[in-house]
Amino acid sequence: MSFSIKKQGEVVVVDVEGQLIVGNRQELKQKVLDELEKGEKKFLIDFSQTGYIDSSGLGVLVSLSKKIREQGGELRLANLNDDLQTLFELTKLDTLFQISDTRERALESF
Amino acid sequence: MGGARVAFDLSIPSDIQYIEGVVELARQRCRELKFPAQKCSLNVPVALSEALSNAILRGNLSQPHKQVRIRAIVDDDDLVFEIVDEGDGFDLATSIIDPTTIENIGKEEGRGLFLMERLMDRVESFVNDGNVVRLTLRR
Repeated sequence: MSFSIKKQGEVVVVDVEGQLIVGNRQELKQKVLDELEKGEKKFLIDFSQTGYIDSSGLGVLVSLSKKIREQGGELRLANLNDDLQTLFELTKLDTLFQISDTRERALESF
Repeated sequence: MGGARVAFDLSIPSDIQYIEGVVELARQRCRELKFPAQKCSLNVPVALSEALSNAILRGNLSQPHKQVRIRAIVDDDDLVFEIVDEGDGFDLATSIIDPTTIENIGKEEGRGLFLMERLMDRVESFVNDGNVVRLTLRR
């Protein structure tokens, strides 16, 4: 499990490879907060290579979204598979985030 | 559970880095036992991950000398996981909150027990030679 970060235009894109769980959520949080501290405002997390997310992982997404909004930025999500879509619907987090089917659509939406 | 057999029985130290390996083993067993695909790719991994985190972080307080035991028992109808820690236990009914309400949805914490209950057919918590959380998934 790992996270890769790259810039596409004005958007910081984070790929979550593997799981987003209690064991690695702090790593994701720190990487995104480091970019926020550098002045980045637009963030996209792409889950196309993600297995599952636990409650800690979901919690980190909520926390990051709040921190980014407080700095005048925005966090959007893309490429949730059926399992992840179900998870977001169960927790109603699909109402809290702007979620796109593809990375391209998400990038265009900023 | 007529014809029940143990699918696996192991103990891990109280360290969250062990969670992913146990979850992967459970996922493999789930698939071998021909449970529906989403139950093996979503319900089992997330619910078991929650139960293990609770046992390690809240039950055993991450104390390295304390162990968490995980037993998976299967029969024709059910796959059951029993997660046993060395903590004081908790009252499931009073510990669970609804994280989907307006006041809770923006909070970082509070989704673990809710997800266990939603993703499993039955969740029980009791004391029996340790604090036990039993997760039951029907086929």
